[in-house]
Amino acid sequence: MRDFSYLRADSIEAARNAAALPGAMLLAGGTTLIDLAKCGVAEPSTVIDISHIEGLNAIDVTADRAVIGALARMSHVADNPRVKSLFPAVSEALWQAASAQLRNMATIGGNLMQRTRCPYFRDPQNFPACNKRAPGSGCSAIGGVTRGHAVLGVSEACIATYPGDLAVALVAFDAEVDLGQRKLKIEDFFLAPGATAEREHDIHPGEVITAIEIPGSAAARRSTYIKVRDRQSYEFAAASAAVGLELEGDGRTVRDIRVALGGVATKPWRVRAVEDALKGKALSEDTIRKASELAMEGAVDHGANHYKIALAPRVIARSILKLGETA
Amino acid sequence: MNDQVTISPTTLSVHLTINGRDQALEIEPRVTLLDALRDRLNLTGTKKGCDQGQCGACTVHVDGQRVLACLTLAAQVEGREITTIEGLADEDGTLNAVQAAFLEQDAFQCGYCTPGQIMSAVACIREGHAGSDEEIREYMAGNLCRCGAYPNIVAAVRQAAQELRS
Repeated sequence: MRDFSYLRADSIEAARNAAALPGAMLLAGGTTLIDLAKCGVAEPSTVIDISHIEGLNAIDVTADRAVIGALARMSHVADNPRVKSLFPAVSEALWQAASAQLRNMATIGGNLMQRTRCPYFRDPQNFPACNKRAPGSGCSAIGGVTRGHAVLGVSEACIATYPGDLAVALVAFDAEVDLGQRKLKIEDFFLAPGATAEREHDIHPGEVITAIEIPGSAAARRSTYIKVRDRQSYEFAAASAAVGLELEGDGRTVRDIRVALGGVATKPWRVRAVEDALKGKALSEDTIRKASELAMEGAVDHGANHYKIALAPRVIARSILKLGETA
Repeated sequence: MNDQVTISPTTLSVHLTINGRDQALEIEPRVTLLDALRDRLNLTGTKKGCDQGQCGACTVHVDGQRVLACLTLAAQVEGREITTIEGLADEDGTLNAVQAAFLEQDAFQCGYCTPGQIMSAVACIREGHAGSDEEIREYMAGNLCRCGAYPNIVAAVRQAAQELRS
């Protein structure tokens, strides 16, 4: 790990000013930044420690909305009783992510800035070509081992999978990220690679995430996050789904439904085609399975990740069926 | 290939509180808590496994919370209370209930992951995440054991959790 200078910011204003310095990177939990610095992917000249800023870790949850401070730890949000009851998919996405130690370190703001686990991205010495690291250098994954790579939102420049869980639940429930001067939808905050794979977030030097806000809804209250992976715990998703469901008074007709996918796309992936196909319909296993297939419209595989195209709709269907059973 | 001018790294004066003792260090900003413990303070009970946040061997407590020392900068935890495996037993040598349970249940083979397992288990029980074998497995998943002593580790955590509850 290259050395850097270390500055501690005591206020958001100080953090914003310092974050605008060339080569500066913010340090909160450190689980991404220190890891990537050790891999030689991140080479900050200055590390701005924001973890000691007071008042940025509050978790404020009402039926109307959840406001979660950027420095709240993943573990604290996952275990918050009101998050569990009013936004179960958010809690489930969090406790199924990483390990207990990492969740005690990692913050909610830092979680949104988590980078891909693409093994080519993480290995600059052996794979110099990576459009995310070095724009225009090419993509080592295309033509390489692609079992973990994305099938949705891919481009000729990049097929790296967005690895996180929390943001999948957040896009399902129309959460917003608060950057102080502006707020934007989480869905717009994350950028698909297109021709500019190096840009993963709509955030600029000098901007600091201060909070996320999640609007409350009946669908958020009846929601779940199902994560399918190669081992039972402490693993990234092969495919995951965040689903929320609101039924009409008859207990079977869909009034509102939210569906988002993780582990299969280049960004947290909302699938409105599935939602639209089910709104106003009476739930049946057949209807659910047919609608879930719509999530894979436009999917492109690169060989070894072909299984995700079959897997993801099944994870969606299982999630909807699980919520339907709890009527 | 290093044709860049290297700015000589600045050194930081860092004061850490480890197992109740104040420690003063002069370190480069990039020094992790793990390297500071092992290489500067001779507290080698905390192990370096992967050094990448994947194995849990370096688990310590910061303000009572289990974290990974390999992904924590020493400078970042100035002002926090740090507890390592060396600080777990009582002053008179009486073992922590989790340490005793690991001995009784033979919850290790080579022992390299054990300090991390024990630090993780102490926190796991305190968090209230040791209510069943299933929950223990889930919440201890961040500590890998290459000898595969998992069944005995789960038994040790279960035993310590029961003792600490009663």
